[in-house]
Amino acid sequence: MTLKEIKELLQAEVICGDHHLGTEIILAGGSDLMSDVLAFGKPGLLLLTGLTNLQSVRTADIIEAKAIIYVRGKKPDDQTIKLAAEKNIPLLSTPLMMYEACGLLYQAGIPGVSPANNSNKAND
Amino acid sequence: MTRDDEFRQTFKIKGRDFSHAGGVSTEIKEILQEIGIPTQLIRRVAIASYEAEMNVVMYAQQGKLILSINPETIQIEVEDKGQGIKDIELAMQEGYSTATEEMREMGFGAGMGLPNIKKNSHVFLITSTPGVGTYLKMIFYLDHEKAS
Ligand SMILES: Nc1ncnc2c1ncn2[C@@H]1O[C@H](COP(=O)(O)OP(=O)(O)OP(=O)(O)O)[C@@H](O)[C@H]1O
Ligand SMILES: [Mg+2]
Repeated sequence: MTLKEIKELLQAEVICGDHHLGTEIILAGGSDLMSDVLAFGKPGLLLLTGLTNLQSVRTADIIEAKAIIYVRGKKPDDQTIKLAAEKNIPLLSTPLMMYEACGLLYQAGIPGVSPANNSNKAND
Repeated sequence: MTRDDEFRQTFKIKGRDFSHAGGVSTEIKEILQEIGIPTQLIRRVAIASYEAEMNVVMYAQQGKLILSINPETIQIEVEDKGQGIKDIELAMQEGYSTATEEMREMGFGAGMGLPNIKKNSHVFLITSTPGVGTYLKMIFYLDHEKAS
């Protein structure tokens, strides 16, 4: 599924990184705890989070996440957007809450990163 | 101990400076990318370094990170002046955190930082003196990627 299709599915708005909308997304995860993201994150992850500070982008960059979707209509400040643009990480914002946003993506066939989940296609 | 074939760089970390927090680890990641370190290893180093950097920002006044690279290993030392850790064994437990409400709102305080550092490094050492500061050393072997 491309980021563009995900944008439509989640009624999301692109904050930056329009030119990355063709990116193929193969796994996703949601958390508001950055250390959890660092622990479970895998390269290529689509990160859903309610945290809009600079650390959301730094964390995404460290784990080589493909994009960030902020939930509950949240939007980061200019400094955070600037950093994301520098790091080539597209940012989107969906009005949906975490549960619904993740649920829709999961339903659409995008697997998570939970190690306990055997059917997890993204396991390596 | 410096060797002829060793690259060494020191970075400063400022306590409580959340707008630059993580910047040192980003820089380290870029250095490792430039010299062609395997991506999986870069990831481990970057995660461990970022967690250590964030701990200095959150719990110390100031600190420094020393990156040393030689043909066999990547080593990261992080030394800070700050409150230190009274009970290291407790601090190493998953889920243990003394993060304030403010830090939690910023996405920290899962109590996963030190365990993440341990998991991602091949050798991990931590010492601390309460009221003085904390010292961390992590070593990553370039040739045994798989050893965790
Ligand atoms: N450099 C440090 N100086 C003083 N105390 C520290 C330092 N690093 C860690 N600690 C103490 O150890 C605890 C556990 O650290 P750890 O990094 O595992 O979790 P955390 O920072 O609380 O949360 P997270 O890293 O998941 O955001 C901290 O809450 C803090 O009390
Ligand atoms: Mg921590």
